Amino acid sequence: MATRHSRSAARLMMAPAVVLLLGWMLVPLVMTLWFSFRKYLPLRGGDLGWVGFDNYASFIRSSAFWPSVQVTLTLVVGVLAITLVVGVLLALLLDQPMWGQGIVRILVIAPFFVMPTVSALVWKNIMMDPNNGFLGHLWRAVGLQPIDWLSQASMGSIILIVSWEWLPFATLILLTALQSLDSEQMEAAEMDGAGPLARFGFITLPHLGRAITVVILIQTIFLLSIFAEIFVTTGGAFGTRTLTYLIYQRVLESQNVGLGSAGGVYAIILANIVAIFLMRIVGKNLDA
Amino acid sequence: MKLKYALRAATALALISGAAANAETITIATVNNGDMIRMQGLTDEFTKKTGIDVEWVTLEENVLRQRVTTDITTKGGQFDIMTIGMYEAPIWGKNGWLVPLNDLSAEYDVNDILPAMRDGLSADGTLYAAPFYGESSMLMYRTDLMEKAGLTMPEEPTWEFIREAAAAMDDPENGINGICLRGKAGWGEGGALITVVANSFGARWFDEEWNAQFDTPEWKEALTFYVNLMNDYGPDNYATNGFNENLSLFQQGKCGMWMDATVAASFVTNPKESTVADKVGFAMAPHKDGISKKANWLWAWALGIPAGTQKEEAAKKFVEWATSKEYLELVASKEGWANVPPGTRQSLYDNPEYASIPFAQMTLKSILAADPTNCCEKPVPYTGIQFVAIPEFAGIATEVSQEFSAVYAGQQSIDEALAKAQEITNDAMEAAGYR
Amino acid sequence: MARMVSTRRKTINTVLAWGVGLIIFFPILWITVLSFKSEGDAIRTPIEVLTAPWTLESYATVQERSNYLKHFWNSVILSVGSTFLGLLVAVPAAWSMAFVPSKRTKDILMWMLSTKMLPAVGVLYPIYLLFIRMGLLDSRLGLTIVLMLINLPIIVWMLYTYFREIPGEILEAARMDGAGLREEILYVLTPMAVPGIASTVLLNVILAWNEAFWTLNLTAATAAPLTAFIASYSSPEGLFYAKLSAASVMAIAPILILGWFSQKQLVRGLTFGAVK
Repeated sequence: MATRHSRSAARLMMAPAVVLLLGWMLVPLVMTLWFSFRKYLPLRGGDLGWVGFDNYASFIRSSAFWPSVQVTLTLVVGVLAITLVVGVLLALLLDQPMWGQGIVRILVIAPFFVMPTVSALVWKNIMMDPNNGFLGHLWRAVGLQPIDWLSQASMGSIILIVSWEWLPFATLILLTALQSLDSEQMEAAEMDGAGPLARFGFITLPHLGRAITVVILIQTIFLLSIFAEIFVTTGGAFGTRTLTYLIYQRVLESQNVGLGSAGGVYAIILANIVAIFLMRIVGKNLDA
Repeated sequence: MKLKYALRAATALALISGAAANAETITIATVNNGDMIRMQGLTDEFTKKTGIDVEWVTLEENVLRQRVTTDITTKGGQFDIMTIGMYEAPIWGKNGWLVPLNDLSAEYDVNDILPAMRDGLSADGTLYAAPFYGESSMLMYRTDLMEKAGLTMPEEPTWEFIREAAAAMDDPENGINGICLRGKAGWGEGGALITVVANSFGARWFDEEWNAQFDTPEWKEALTFYVNLMNDYGPDNYATNGFNENLSLFQQGKCGMWMDATVAASFVTNPKESTVADKVGFAMAPHKDGISKKANWLWAWALGIPAGTQKEEAAKKFVEWATSKEYLELVASKEGWANVPPGTRQSLYDNPEYASIPFAQMTLKSILAADPTNCCEKPVPYTGIQFVAIPEFAGIATEVSQEFSAVYAGQQSIDEALAKAQEITNDAMEAAGYR
Repeated sequence: MARMVSTRRKTINTVLAWGVGLIIFFPILWITVLSFKSEGDAIRTPIEVLTAPWTLESYATVQERSNYLKHFWNSVILSVGSTFLGLLVAVPAAWSMAFVPSKRTKDILMWMLSTKMLPAVGVLYPIYLLFIRMGLLDSRLGLTIVLMLINLPIIVWMLYTYFREIPGEILEAARMDGAGLREEILYVLTPMAVPGIASTVLLNVILAWNEAFWTLNLTAATAAPLTAFIASYSSPEGLFYAKLSAASVMAIAPILILGWFSQKQLVRGLTFGAVK
């Protein structure tokens, strides 16, 4: 049915979005590439000429580079694991009959509306501070030594904060998917003698496949560029420096735009590797 | 082509809307410290006097730094006045990014500003930012606990005595730590503290050839002393305690001693906030026996005017007003002398009303003891005491202090941290072309 | 054949779900409590906090120190403006992808999403320099454009999934009746797509409202939204829990209330239409 006319019309309609995004990607990308080959030190007179691949070499040689990649991946995988596992459990629970379901749902989705800076500030000070924070008081009340979460369990704490922000998202998607599950199929399986675990493994989980795909895809996109949560809580100390944060330190703290730009190019490469990986494992699932 | 028009139209629009606003409105970026918030509250007095309106952009310290540095280096022109520190002022001034403040009015009396402050905010003899408040570091201690321990604090204590006193006052059962000191990562937080401690043990950041000095015995001794002191008598989580955390601990009566910024004195003696307001004594920052340098740092928050601002005259009027004697009197008349921004003017300390405040003389003495051109026992190629006034320092010192904080949290050894600090510093200095 | 659910099981479910819900909601609940306490009381033990007198002191201080309304309106303008600007560009794109798909449609979609993975810090300097050149610094216009571009991939993708649910036969029938492209979009598609568009709008308003990197770095006095307002209450000298709590509540309350009132659309929006 698609005529040549409608095809060209379609292209025309797609054009603004594509052109805008292409510009939004290419202009900074080209500038980043340009800076990455230059010695660019804003506090020392700005652009000081070509340096070839020096920035790339010293960025990757720095002892901070590989740990930062590792931290980035740990953060992404950790948050995905927590939000998916807890999300599925929570969705199963919320799918059960109960009183006040609507209100519980409101409580559960609330963290999604909190801006990342606010949630980081609130967790760091009002919840996790060992002296005056809520958890510190709680620990003392039961006779325990309060934990300094952000230095003793730094990575875990950040994963916890970020998971708190993203759990509502995962739960809601999974819950919606659960609600569309065919109950007759479940009943049939139950009559055939399948236990609850078997029913979950063979019917529920496969049914959730698509929802899980969406959760992984969207969350990964946002998690790779996590910044505010680390900036506010640890400032990259205690082994919480992600690649994004390392770039921030190079560009803004050390005021070395060339070096930071080279880091930016590495981050883009990493993002693309992750994207290709994602497409391979989850892309197929997205075909309706 | 169309895009170009659209952009031009947008630019024009932005310009028009900018011009339509009151031409006499200046935008000031500042840090959210108590004294600045007070200044913000008193803006109306300035507007009444000059007819100039003020827009405030108040940000947390780290965000402020990031924001104003981006703007000044790219000549973004977003602010007519920036609140900057003693670290930024000489570097930016040398780059020609700040308006020189060499034509201040006679009644401003620039010579009344303490010489250490003036020097620290100047480059090649030209003042580039006017100090709003200044500070050094000093020791604050609990007079009641010292008495209970049967000790008397000398005016110039040594680190050995501090350790002894900390041991005597430490009382975990009652939640009292012998001593509280910063351990939080960041060059302006724990980084500043450990640097002045190291200075008072005879260490330095660089030798005359810009070689990092973390492999010297002085650094190892200083860091070892600090870590042992804090592990034995400090709060459990000192690795994440900065100025604010320690302030809150001290105000709640949980520290026997605390060495930190002199400005803290007005907070810990304020009965509205502090439970120990009437039990605080002051002494000079400690030093190791036999070392002439004490752990005194020097810092000022100052107001600078970015070169290229359209409102230079109005901005200058504000800078003069906010750092003037008149402003000090204004604050004193509204909030009392104890709340005046301290540490900038000799006349303030000559004022009998101010001199009677318990911490006034010790503050002045501490500031006078700090010499930014001569930080250390051994000669150094740099200016600055708790920092090195080169553009690379903030980045280097933040990473170094993160390695140290990992030691405080028990995650690596002192030797490991010093080795990493040495490597980080030398690599960065090599990249910057010093070595 | 509906299964009977015993009251006991329902009770257990209820208790469990409420428990978990309250734990998740707790930090927000607790800052709301702290925001109505004095600074000195806010750092006491939870029981002492609850029994301490309630006060509006912190809200008064925050109100006195910051121009909350200005920041609030900037947030509203930026988030709503960028979303509608985004719709303007995204609706046609999503339409053509959904109804005239080609081999590359999916690749284009994936590419659009991948642009969101670039680390924003890495391009701060380039963008800042561009903004200076174009005179867009600290302008609502410039920030609206940036926020629109950041969220455009999500908008396109969401609309695409909604549009695909619309059966093609309806369009064919409309075409038979002589409807042109314009009529087709205006009178046939749009009404059917309204719920989807509403969900998209809602989700993107939230995302734009909460964006904290560009909104902080590209603004000064004029265009600064609530994210900048919050930055002046984080870790100042002295006690700050009550003021931080009050400022936090003021910053998140509008969007929280909006979200709760439009829960149904939001749930739909959050699922990106990809899950039914």
